[in-house]
Amino acid sequence: MENSFILTLLLLLPIVGSLLVLLLPKENHQLTRIAGLAISVVIFIVSMFLYFSFDPANANFQFTQKIEWVKGLGIYYHVGIDGMSILLVLLTTFMTPLALLSTWSSIDVKVKEFTFFMLMLEAGMLGVFLSLDLFLFYIFWEAMLIPMYFIIGIWGGKNRIYASVKFFIYTMAGSLLMLVAIVWLANSGTTFTTDLLELYKQGPTLEPSKQNWLFLAFAISFAIKVPLFPLHTWLPDAHVEAPTAGSVILAGVLLKMGTYGLIRFNLPLFPEGVREYASVISILAVIGIIYGALVAMVQKDMKKLVAYSSVSHLGFVVLGIFGLTVESMQGAIIQMVNHGLSTGALFLLVGYIYERTHTREIADYGGIAKIVPLYATILLIVSLSSIGVPGLNGFVGEFLILVGSFKSPILGSPYYTIIAATGVIFAAVYLLWMYQRVCLETVKNEKMNLLTDLNTREMITLVPFLLFIFWIGIYPSTFLRLSEAFSSNIVSTVMGALAK
Amino acid sequence: MTEYIYLAVLFPLIGFLINGLFGRLIKNEKIIGSIGAGMVGLAFIVIAFSFFETLGLPAEKRSRIVEWFTWIQAGGINAAFSYQVDQLSLTMSLIVTGVGFIIHVYSIGYMHGDKGFWRFFAYLNLFIVAMMNLVLADNFVLMFLGWEGVGLCSYLLIGFYYDRKFEKGTVADASKKAFVVNRIGDFGFLVGMFFIFYYFGSLNFSEVLPFVANSGIPSWAFEAIAIFLFIGATGKSAQIPLYVWLPDAMAGPTPVSALIHAATMVTAGIYLVARTSVIFAMAPTAMMIVAVVGLLTAFFAATIGLVQNDIKKVLAYSTVSQLGYMFLALGVGAFSAGIFHVMTHAFFKALLFLGAGSVIHGMHEEQDIRNYGGLKKYMPKTFLTFAIGAVAISGIPPLSGFFSKDEILWMAYANGGVVFWIIGALTALMTAFYMFRLLTLTFEGKERFDHHHVHPHESPAIMTIPLMVLAVLSIIGGFIGLPKVFVGEHGNLFETWLAPVFKDATRKLAGGAMHSHLEEYLLMGASVVGAVAAIMLARHIYLNKPDIATTVANSFKGLYKTLYNKYYVDEFYEKVVLKPIMAVSDTFLYRFTDAKVIDGAVNGTAKIISFASKYARQFQTGITQFYAVVMMIAIVGTIFWIILSF
Repeated sequence: MENSFILTLLLLLPIVGSLLVLLLPKENHQLTRIAGLAISVVIFIVSMFLYFSFDPANANFQFTQKIEWVKGLGIYYHVGIDGMSILLVLLTTFMTPLALLSTWSSIDVKVKEFTFFMLMLEAGMLGVFLSLDLFLFYIFWEAMLIPMYFIIGIWGGKNRIYASVKFFIYTMAGSLLMLVAIVWLANSGTTFTTDLLELYKQGPTLEPSKQNWLFLAFAISFAIKVPLFPLHTWLPDAHVEAPTAGSVILAGVLLKMGTYGLIRFNLPLFPEGVREYASVISILAVIGIIYGALVAMVQKDMKKLVAYSSVSHLGFVVLGIFGLTVESMQGAIIQMVNHGLSTGALFLLVGYIYERTHTREIADYGGIAKIVPLYATILLIVSLSSIGVPGLNGFVGEFLILVGSFKSPILGSPYYTIIAATGVIFAAVYLLWMYQRVCLETVKNEKMNLLTDLNTREMITLVPFLLFIFWIGIYPSTFLRLSEAFSSNIVSTVMGALAK
Repeated sequence: MTEYIYLAVLFPLIGFLINGLFGRLIKNEKIIGSIGAGMVGLAFIVIAFSFFETLGLPAEKRSRIVEWFTWIQAGGINAAFSYQVDQLSLTMSLIVTGVGFIIHVYSIGYMHGDKGFWRFFAYLNLFIVAMMNLVLADNFVLMFLGWEGVGLCSYLLIGFYYDRKFEKGTVADASKKAFVVNRIGDFGFLVGMFFIFYYFGSLNFSEVLPFVANSGIPSWAFEAIAIFLFIGATGKSAQIPLYVWLPDAMAGPTPVSALIHAATMVTAGIYLVARTSVIFAMAPTAMMIVAVVGLLTAFFAATIGLVQNDIKKVLAYSTVSQLGYMFLALGVGAFSAGIFHVMTHAFFKALLFLGAGSVIHGMHEEQDIRNYGGLKKYMPKTFLTFAIGAVAISGIPPLSGFFSKDEILWMAYANGGVVFWIIGALTALMTAFYMFRLLTLTFEGKERFDHHHVHPHESPAIMTIPLMVLAVLSIIGGFIGLPKVFVGEHGNLFETWLAPVFKDATRKLAGGAMHSHLEEYLLMGASVVGAVAAIMLARHIYLNKPDIATTVANSFKGLYKTLYNKYYVDEFYEKVVLKPIMAVSDTFLYRFTDAKVIDGAVNGTAKIISFASKYARQFQTGITQFYAVVMMIAIVGTIFWIILSF
């Protein structure tokens, strides 16, 4: 298994694909669009092969490939996949084609460049989830910022420059801290190495005070990406200015990198740091849950509302991670997928209505359920999924996170969970209130009477989301079983290290 | 049939899918209505067969678990779509599918001609799916799915006419309020579950409830579990302080009020407490809270019901009040009496709501009883059945309401004390009074409507037959639960049937003072005499001396206004809870913390950097040698730093 080529293939496909797109004639937008979609669909199909040949009982990395890269420095090209990353890889390959398809009518300048950046972005995201070498990981982590920067900066809204610079600086600041920590960590053993599996052995043996510092450096970098309160203010701006597809990928996949990093690096590398900071981070997570929800409640712009709801939802994920029980870890992992699905779909829906009306102000709407019933129905289902109504996907994650973190020995107190659980009330308030003001009551704006309902292309982008919203809601075992072995393994590893 | 009990969930689900996905295309009301009602009818048949099958088994074998498929499995959580078939869940299922079927049939007539006909039946079927999961679940998590599911359907159905106005706001306001207030309760339910999982490591009834009595878990933990679960119950079953959504829920179509907001969903809280009776039995303080909250809700809701003028509002407050009775029963340990009242109340309250719907239907959507009067000659069937419902709820023997209410009052006296009995009995008097105020003002006396515009008429058979069926049930439904003082220790069939479900709880609660039969007869007689007096008083005032009511209202203006405005509770919540949260979120959190503090820090840092770089730029001289020197210094510095740090 050490030399499986499939993950490298998965990484190369979007890169090669994006270069191919560059060769296409500039004027032929439709051809570029079809090519971009076809490439991303092929990538999705290849990733399905991973799903079918993945062994969920095995907690180790699978399909690994390891090639020495920088001789003497212990830097490797090392990729592999486990029960957590497979879900995020599938999420990435699933969302990219849908995001691309969603832009067919909204992006009509520099289509070629846009498709190029989207595919490069996909390569970057996959690289982040697949890397098993810290150096390699860091390269992808940074590289991924560039296409996102351009996607917001070129195809964004009025304030796009401010938003993209803010996004860039915020995340760069965190990344630099992480880089220093990576170098320090790689240098901490007998020989310099950035091989993650090697470092998994070294990290926990470091002195507690050093673990604490390293933990912090990584955690701050990831917390910005999550985003964890109070490092979240780049998110609403980035979302509001990003084009729809950018928001979908940003919310759907990019935000997961923060929580992914916490699980992949912070927990197993620095268990002492977990002991030291679990409660602080969990407090911030709980504040984020309530804060994000309350601020979402008073937003007048639909996109901002959804952006703040992400702050709230990701707070649940972080709480689940640091609850460090099998239930809460499983909940956190499935909730990453859930948030990608429901928030991705919400951004699509907001984007589609914006294309028609050129306004995202909630107050401009009202009563459109009568005019566009299909749209209203789907918006309701997706909102309910985000609210966490059982039977839909959101509940499964939220419930497991809460029930697990409640009994968490690391947190040692049920209050985190009890306060976090009030978030379920606020989620209902801000989403249903938005739904009411957009879809229900009476039409306030005459122009709304001319709205057209979702077209076939738009439906094609939404139906897959709905499918998984119901699937995970009613039969989550398909997905939970993939990460089960991983979750119990990581929890017992960290708890074991802390027991010593 | 019992092993296929999931069919009772599957049939309505199929109905929901057909009507929900294709209803818009089917259009034909007969087909849509037949599918909607038919699927619930099939579910009823499944339940009825399972019931008789279970009845044929010896008492100790009547509780079974029917597994369907896995749902959430992670760590210690193993929540499946598995159904607990026992005396309690079968009783509830019979009510839900039985009364549910009758109301579905009625709705075919009531909703005739509505543009959203297909949507209505889809939602109604979805409601039955959720409600069946709620009452049949063999674990707390699946029960919660049903619990939230019925809340969702309630939201959808209250907001059915989402573009209309309702009172001071809109219909959409009312539906959102219902959902949000219910969610506050759901929070309690969730936290209750967390505690249970913490102590028992499972959320399956079969792995929790049998072990409660001898678990060695501290009693404060049981108090906490019970209180949090009860918070959940106060939300769904509209008790103080979370009852405020139910009166507004009347914005929905009337059959919805009958099915969801009277007969079934609102009794979910009672079911939850009854299902976990053994936990409550371990928590005396929580039991006391349940009893007191129930009693106070019963009393205060009844006082509000005295002065309301909207036919559905009177019934809504009456429902809140009757639900309070049920909690009173649970709180004093009379679990089967509580469930018994759930059943009889389902019959007569569904009857009253459907009757009200028939009146509204015949009066062109008018709901103000001041604009009714003398309707009995126009709608005799509705009148007769409505009158039966009113007599039943007033507690006049031998109608069903008498037996269930009497049992509760007696148990309140025996286990709670004389104060409980007095407040309970006063509530009963007020109930009799406002029901006959309603009946008299609607069907008797002067015709107060505008004859030019309103032409009252009887409803079609598809609506009146359901009324008659419910009327018959309201008359005879009480006979399966005759008082022990009449029929001996095991003569109360209903209690004997349910006893095994509550045996752990009742064993724990056993004891208390003995009371003589004479006491029981006396109290029974007193409450019946009182009810009859209240009825006669109401008829006398509203038939012969309507000005007395006005005089009384005028001389106690303050009290009247307070009652009419429902003690201003909505206004209080709005001012004390809602407005401050919104204000703080907007001005302090969003505009200050986010925009000024955090972004201020971020932008400030950016400014410092750009300021500093103005000077730093001067180092960019373009001279290569300069760069080389700086680089060397940096490299040497770094090496030193690394060496020193080891």
